[in-house]
Amino acid sequence: MSDITIIGGGVAGLCVARELRDRGAELRVIDRYDGIGPHQCSWWAGGMLAPFCEGESAEEPVIRLGQEAAGWWQKNTGCVTQNGSLVLASKRDSADLTRFARRTSNLREVSGNEIAALEPDLGARYTRGLFFESEAHLSPRKALETLRMRLVADGVKFETAEADPETVSKKGKTIDCRGFSARDSLPDLRGVKGEMLLLSCPEVTLNRPIRLLHPRIPLYIVPRGDGIFMLGATMIESSATSHVTARSLLELLSAAYALSPAFGEAEVLEIGVDARPAFPDNLPRIREDGNVITANGLYRHGFLLAPALARMVAELVFDNTRPEVLDEAAA
Amino acid sequence: MRDFYGTTLNNGLMLGTAQYPSPAILADAFKRSGASVATVSLRRESGQERAGQDFWALIKELGTHILPNTAGCHSVKEAVTTAHMAREVFDTKWIKLEVIGEEDTLQPDVFGLVEAARILTEDGFQVFPYTTEDLVVAGKLLDAGCEVLMPWGAPIGSGQGLNNVFGLRAMRAHFPDVPLVIDAGLGLPSQAAQAMELGYDAVLLNTAVAKAGDPAEMAEGFAMAVRAGQLAATADPMEPRDMAEPSTPVIGKAFLE
Repeated sequence: MSDITIIGGGVAGLCVARELRDRGAELRVIDRYDGIGPHQCSWWAGGMLAPFCEGESAEEPVIRLGQEAAGWWQKNTGCVTQNGSLVLASKRDSADLTRFARRTSNLREVSGNEIAALEPDLGARYTRGLFFESEAHLSPRKALETLRMRLVADGVKFETAEADPETVSKKGKTIDCRGFSARDSLPDLRGVKGEMLLLSCPEVTLNRPIRLLHPRIPLYIVPRGDGIFMLGATMIESSATSHVTARSLLELLSAAYALSPAFGEAEVLEIGVDARPAFPDNLPRIREDGNVITANGLYRHGFLLAPALARMVAELVFDNTRPEVLDEAAA
Repeated sequence: MRDFYGTTLNNGLMLGTAQYPSPAILADAFKRSGASVATVSLRRESGQERAGQDFWALIKELGTHILPNTAGCHSVKEAVTTAHMAREVFDTKWIKLEVIGEEDTLQPDVFGLVEAARILTEDGFQVFPYTTEDLVVAGKLLDAGCEVLMPWGAPIGSGQGLNNVFGLRAMRAHFPDVPLVIDAGLGLPSQAAQAMELGYDAVLLNTAVAKAGDPAEMAEGFAMAVRAGQLAATADPMEPRDMAEPSTPVIGKAFLE
């Protein structure tokens, strides 16, 4: 098999490229912009590989397919840190911790002393938490860069151009991985706005992603190393990507401050916003229409589900195996 | 059943549309429960940019009456602005009016509420005010032009049920002709049934369904409870009494000798 074109060089496009290349396909990846950058939704991602935590509100396929992610990213980028993830709540929101534990699996409850041992910088602030030992995280930008670099080294061609799947597909098999940019051809795709911050706070060390439960402002903080932290993320039913609101900043920063007052002294490095592409059930979809295969709808699970989605695209292309997320109704 | 600004509802279940795991699950909850009204909150940012229209389109597809609300507004001005945006986006005069006065309990600021209700009524809105069970405030809201009252059961999202049954009963007795809706604080169907048994016309809830492990199942449970409570209220229930009263008559019983 040769000459497959992938449109879109974000997390979905690159993962699909990796899977197809591993099967021997000759590939080119077309993107409107050159390289990895802020035009991509995945540029702003948290990078938590936390299928079990996501199970609190996500459906079963996310938990099952998400378990492929950590191994895949480690194999293909070497960027994965496997330190688990920690879920905390302030005392008044203790009921939320109970509910979270009831609805998730592969966790153990940890006491104040254990929390202090796992994350010494949080000190004795928390008396109860949930530890998901098997989960992992990565630095999204580093992972994307590495993935892309290795694809280039393996002979995958990258082109910077506007590309329309219909036109491109006249010349051969085309995989549409454009994310929210494909909104025009996917009427049931919607944007879910997310806002995030990058902070530099060298005096704080965290070893793993921390989720702070709160009835109104749930927050996670992911250590990127070198004293840098990603703070995320809002979930707003809106496709706007023009600005971050003061309210969102206020909420994110107060939650970080509540986690550790040391974040009050942090330097704000970046404020980011983008819209996650999502279908009505918030699960990804593969659609096949003639020469075009569409892989989209990764929602807030880009790094978590792109490996499984890419594997299914490859199985469809090479083995004609019907993917479980194939969406026949819409084809 | 009392009507809401001239609209008769099929049933007394009003459901919020926030916090569901996905729009598909939200739609399922509405389908299973048959809820007659969907409330939807509008962020001022997405109202201005119309960037929330994909989600709003999903809400409109539910086919229920839509009651936009001013959730999260802390001042009269904010609430009025949001109401105007909602009217434009959803093409309805209905507005659930929330003016929050206290951050921890999300209690309504009843002074701001009455003022905003007056402004919006004069502007042609049909206001559903989120209020407390205070009778004086209720009277002032009616004076301001409201024809529906929505007292809280308990603080928003607390799941505590009806905190002040005495006060809610007094409100029902005091305003026999006004449609009354219990808004906020319900956690379980039994609490919704209790509200309907008190003679309330509807209940409005969101978190209890959206944050349940199976939102659609919980929504259906609430629908059944609302129906049960409503039937009980119209069936003229028995009065409780202190002593036992045999349900089988004593006189005329067959006996062996």
